[in-house]
Amino acid sequence: MSVTARPPAPGRTGDTRLWLGLVGAGALWGLLYGLNERLWPVLMGDWLGLDLDGRLGESLTFFLYDTVKIMLLLVGLIFVVGMLRTTLSPERVRDVLTGRGLLVGLVLAALLGSVTPFCSCSSIPLFIGFVAAGVPLSITLTFLIASPLINEVAVVMLGGTFGWGVTAIYVAAGLVLAIVAGWLLSRFDLDRWVEPFVFSTPVAALTAEGGSPTLAARIEAARAETRDIVVKVWTYVLVGVALGAAIHGWVPADFFARYAGSDNPLSVLLATLAGVPLYANAAGVIPLAEALWAKGVALGTVMAFMMSVVALSVPSLVMLRRVLRMPLLTLFTAIITVGIVAVGMLLNLVT
Amino acid sequence: MHVKILGPGCKNCHNLEIRTREALDHLGLQADVEKVTDVAAIAGYGVMKTPGLVVDEKLLVSGRVPPAEEITRLLSAASGDRQ
Repeated sequence: MSVTARPPAPGRTGDTRLWLGLVGAGALWGLLYGLNERLWPVLMGDWLGLDLDGRLGESLTFFLYDTVKIMLLLVGLIFVVGMLRTTLSPERVRDVLTGRGLLVGLVLAALLGSVTPFCSCSSIPLFIGFVAAGVPLSITLTFLIASPLINEVAVVMLGGTFGWGVTAIYVAAGLVLAIVAGWLLSRFDLDRWVEPFVFSTPVAALTAEGGSPTLAARIEAARAETRDIVVKVWTYVLVGVALGAAIHGWVPADFFARYAGSDNPLSVLLATLAGVPLYANAAGVIPLAEALWAKGVALGTVMAFMMSVVALSVPSLVMLRRVLRMPLLTLFTAIITVGIVAVGMLLNLVT
Repeated sequence: MHVKILGPGCKNCHNLEIRTREALDHLGLQADVEKVTDVAAIAGYGVMKTPGLVVDEKLLVSGRVPPAEEITRLLSAASGDRQ
């Protein structure tokens, strides 16, 4: 490894090769996705002689098909989103959110929050960076609600299991929840409930990484991000899909309808509360939730469960306590909880 | 040379520390490597996305773990500035 001069920035020919590589990877992805749609029944039924209508055959085929499909969707979408995201730094988001009116700011914060990821270990520096730079608290909190609630892993898992219609409902409900929660919070005088050091933190202007990244840098960033996320979630996907497959094969249809059907309003509340301690398993919970839904749990109940798994977690609340005082943290948690329960009940009413 | 790794202790911060130490060894540079885990101090450098790499109080990288060559290049440039 040499430390001296870097090779000159790749010119147009280098970019062309990278673009061709991307197109090739996309084609390969499409081929694998198409193959997955057709392969398993042939492999399990015709070649291995399993009875596809039997429980074992059905569950095993479902498991293999679903796992491969979700992993392909995860890899594909995280990579694409990761490339797009290289232009969307926290600094740029902050600039967009500074000096807006309340409503425009809230809507933008929810939208930007849903496309900007941050690992939960970054949520506090982000919070301080936003608030100290003058972004209003309510808008910052809307961003913090939307960011984990709507993210590419949840979208892929939902789309791959529940279908894209339910995914659209989830995304819309999540955006509305984040915006309304921020608006409600803006009705309170919040500043007194924020730890004072937040306002006194000097915010250095970031100029360390100016300029727009090259295509090669974007691909590298997207690859690193895809690898990180897939490594983090693949075991949960396997366990979640396996449990889902078992429920599909062995639990009688409408088994849950008696206890958690749409006519039981209490089930939404219980599902929301049950979701709070379960953050890390978001990738596994969604295939499981789909199986529960297929066996008669009402959609609103399942949705409330998933939202609370993704949006509310004890570790992230503990972390937020560093910057938010108890009254605000309680208010924040209560508004999200009530919002999730409301989304669930409303969905149960209309479905 | 004074090197600070900013991050509350997630995996990326750890990776950045390992790569930075390797790069320092590779360059044969003497440096104090300090881990900064306090969120207020991290935010004070303007970092909103961890991890961050600070050399002699100057923020060089934030929000990502750069490849080893890039860290080596940044550190070697920073040590050149001092002389």
